[in-house]
Amino acid sequence: MNLAPWSFDLLLAVLLIGLAWRLLASPDLFKAVVLFIVFGLLMTLAWARLDAPDLALAEAAIGAGITGVLLLDAVGHLRRRQRPPEEGP
Amino acid sequence: MSIELLYALTGAALFVLGLHALVVHAHLLRKILAFNIMGSGIFLVLVGLAQRSGITDPVAQALVLTGIVVAVSASALALALMRRLYALSGTITLDESD
Amino acid sequence: MRMLRHALTLAAILLLFAALVLAMLDLPMPDTPLAGITQRHLGDSGVSHPVTAVLLNFRAYDTLLEIGVLLLAAFGTLALRMASDETPIPTASNADSVLTGLVHLLVPLMVMLSGYLLWAGSHRPGGAFQAGAVLAAAGLLLRLIGYWRPPLPPSVLMRAGLLLGFLVFLTVVLAAPLSGAVLATYPQAWASELILVIETALTLSIALVLLSLFGAESGAMQR
Repeated sequence: MNLAPWSFDLLLAVLLIGLAWRLLASPDLFKAVVLFIVFGLLMTLAWARLDAPDLALAEAAIGAGITGVLLLDAVGHLRRRQRPPEEGP
Repeated sequence: MSIELLYALTGAALFVLGLHALVVHAHLLRKILAFNIMGSGIFLVLVGLAQRSGITDPVAQALVLTGIVVAVSASALALALMRRLYALSGTITLDESD
Repeated sequence: MRMLRHALTLAAILLLFAALVLAMLDLPMPDTPLAGITQRHLGDSGVSHPVTAVLLNFRAYDTLLEIGVLLLAAFGTLALRMASDETPIPTASNADSVLTGLVHLLVPLMVMLSGYLLWAGSHRPGGAFQAGAVLAAAGLLLRLIGYWRPPLPPSVLMRAGLLLGFLVFLTVVLAAPLSGAVLATYPQAWASELILVIETALTLSIALVLLSLFGAESGAMQR
């Protein structure tokens, strides 16, 4: 079986799974969220390979963009709350 | 086995990875990350299986587009609930690791 | 005991994965009539891009409900944020001047890109959701530099904007049964104009919904 036309897709598939594993297992939340944004961008590539340009646009803008920023905001909020208040009123 | 089927199998792997993380982790933010991964996996399965004979299927793509938008809505609401829970209770399930 | 539970969870997950893989490999070649049907009726739909035609015409009811879900998420998030006191997103007092300059450059471009994506959706990849997301990102940048501070509870204009897309869509979808046709049938001659109107309203609403998902400034926090 000729693997050459598959090489990009195989690589992408391996990257997607590996990235998902890393981000779900990462002990640092901030790192996990950053990896999630990268995951979203790789999903964009996957949609492009699947002949779905609308999905690629939507995944980049909404999946990686909006969800990524929401998660970053949440992580920052959790960190601020955990740190004892340093500045007085 | 076509390229689209490969993506469908990848989607199944992502789904299963996300499910495991959802079940295993107690931290709410990790659960939210997990169900997002599961969602992405399901979308890949949908489009991968629909297009496995090489034909571009606009209905499956429209379905997944709807899915992506609904997933971000669910994530946003889940995060708002998580923050509210954290504000009210301080420690419930937002434990250990970070 | 924990080791056993871990092992059982892992085993169950792996079994599920194996079952899924076997099921997928075992599927017969698909008979996908949907792609062909969509292609055949594309001319009647009012747009020339199949995905947009499916979203805004053939399955318009699903898209309407999707907008409803978005609205629910926006209302829920705003309500939850109203209930708590949170530190706001950094504002102009501590914003970078580099960031501010960059935003001045980017926001007009993003608004233009959003308009293009909206218009392009009728004949190429694009459409209301993508355009709305870009617009929301532009609005978020404006929030980050402190140029725009959406108040909480939301102003009347914000509420009107949030609801506009859903209401316009609902009106068009309900107009059909009132004249005897099936739900969500567009009159043939007006299909493309209607879709454009709906998509424009949707873009605005989706942008505002996505922005509301980030909460707003509670009244006490505003200076």
